[in-house]
Amino acid sequence: MNYEVVVGLEVHVELATKTKIFCSCTTEFGGEPNTQVCEVCLGMPGTLPVLNRAVVDFAVRTGLALNCEVACCNKFDRKNYFYPDLPKAYQISQLYLPICHDGFIEIGKSETCKKIRIKEIHMEEDAGKLIHDADEINTLVDYNRCGVPLLEIVSQPDMRSAEEAVEYIEKLRVILQYIGVSDCKMQEGSLRADINLSVRPVGSFELGVRTEMKNMNSFKAIARAIKAESERQIALLEKGEKVIQETRRWDDSEGQSYAMRSKEEAQDYKYFPEPDIPPVVISQEQIDATRAAIPELPDKKIERYTQLGLTDHDAEIIAGSVYLAKLFECTYEVCGNAKEAANWILVDLLKLLHDSAKQPEDMDFNFDSLGKIILMVEKGKINRGTAKKVFEKVFEENINPAEYVEDNNLGLVTDTDTIYATVETVVKDNEKSVNEYKSGKTQALQYLIGQSMKALRGQAPAQTVTEILKDLLN
Amino acid sequence: MKINNETVAYLEKLARIELTDEERVECCSDLQDIVSHMDILSELDTQDAEPLSQSFSAKNVMREDEVKPSLDRDTALKNAPRVKDGFFSVPKTVE
Ligand SMILES: [Zn+2]
Repeated sequence: MNYEVVVGLEVHVELATKTKIFCSCTTEFGGEPNTQVCEVCLGMPGTLPVLNRAVVDFAVRTGLALNCEVACCNKFDRKNYFYPDLPKAYQISQLYLPICHDGFIEIGKSETCKKIRIKEIHMEEDAGKLIHDADEINTLVDYNRCGVPLLEIVSQPDMRSAEEAVEYIEKLRVILQYIGVSDCKMQEGSLRADINLSVRPVGSFELGVRTEMKNMNSFKAIARAIKAESERQIALLEKGEKVIQETRRWDDSEGQSYAMRSKEEAQDYKYFPEPDIPPVVISQEQIDATRAAIPELPDKKIERYTQLGLTDHDAEIIAGSVYLAKLFECTYEVCGNAKEAANWILVDLLKLLHDSAKQPEDMDFNFDSLGKIILMVEKGKINRGTAKKVFEKVFEENINPAEYVEDNNLGLVTDTDTIYATVETVVKDNEKSVNEYKSGKTQALQYLIGQSMKALRGQAPAQTVTEILKDLLN
Repeated sequence: MKINNETVAYLEKLARIELTDEERVECCSDLQDIVSHMDILSELDTQDAEPLSQSFSAKNVMREDEVKPSLDRDTALKNAPRVKDGFFSVPKTVE
């Protein structure tokens, strides 16, 4: 029998606010353990949480960018559970009235594009970090991350393959980066996904029994987990066995998932309306203003880039990264040559990134430098070989291109008088070769061109040098 | 609603506490009293009443996204029964 894989994703995104959701502790990544905590996020008795306005703004912005409806009246709910990653023994979340609902993301190329529906987006707080293997007897807890604002973005089960799931999450990531609500650094855990997966015979409309795999934090792991889990479920059904609804742990190094110890009874979170946070009412004016401020999103960028003369493929790669797009637009603004800008980014920059094992987000140089280099080539101030070297220096040390060319004497010699004088000296100093040339040995000319170029540090147009040399010899 | 020994055992589990047999009996009757009192309330017709989640009429109580100093670590860890290398130390939660 042929089976169809049905995947839904719950994506948790840490918001790029300066402070936590209910207190004024910093959200900065990588601080010493328990140095970014206070009475509120440690859940000390008698403290009161106060909602961070920016979290609501970011949530509304995200909802609108993902084509959602925004709820005008918002409440929070208390999810009770006893586990040391949350010192209050409950998480403040949204269950009954999520801030956004019923949106979608389009994946695939324009002709074959597919809508992945978004069920809802809710606001909640992140938990602390537990370290199990640093100590033999105890678990160590760092609460720096506890209370960092999260959006949980829940899709409908609309994906039918690992590829679609990865495409969805990549698209989601780049949109979130464009609207500036999260840096979405998967390696720092600021974007994590739970996979809900079931299989069913092709043509069936009923959903199969699903399993859940939590906290996936790389695209590759997500793709592998979906492939392996769908194969496992299909094998079970083929043997006439049943899929059990459960949470499974994905071990990416082993390429296998394991059933987590099954709990006697279902999780009982005893949700109830959060009494400490008054309702949040979002006005239509606020929604309209937020909508108006949403920047250009990837699909629109691709369209605009192709109008500037880029191929679909090139436009997709550049618009697919918020950092490459920013560099491209800045370069184009400086040099006015979109194709050249794209070329430099897709060939030279990607190679530099690859060779130094860096990501586009690691780029650390003035974004107008590349445009300036392209202009110098266009104006005949440097040749392309020199330009490459200068760009390497920009990439590595953020040098100022014009100063660097000046200081290192890398500029092209364009002044014909200088070239003439230099070639003349070369002719005088190489009498032997000159005579050889005159007696018919044409390769002597190559030698003289070489000597002239050397004297000009390789920075003169070879054609001009050759012409002057021939003039002098004949 | 009837509170029985099973209900109490379930609540013990959720609350991560262990009661003595005596306490269980006491807890069972206390809870039964509370729940019975609630049963009186449920006799009221609340069909058209909006559920109340807040006892104040406040709304949109928010703060600006501005960083303020956190606690210094020694203070933060002061109430912890066990501390190691700047971490709170708790009984192992996985095997
Ligand atoms: Zn705090």
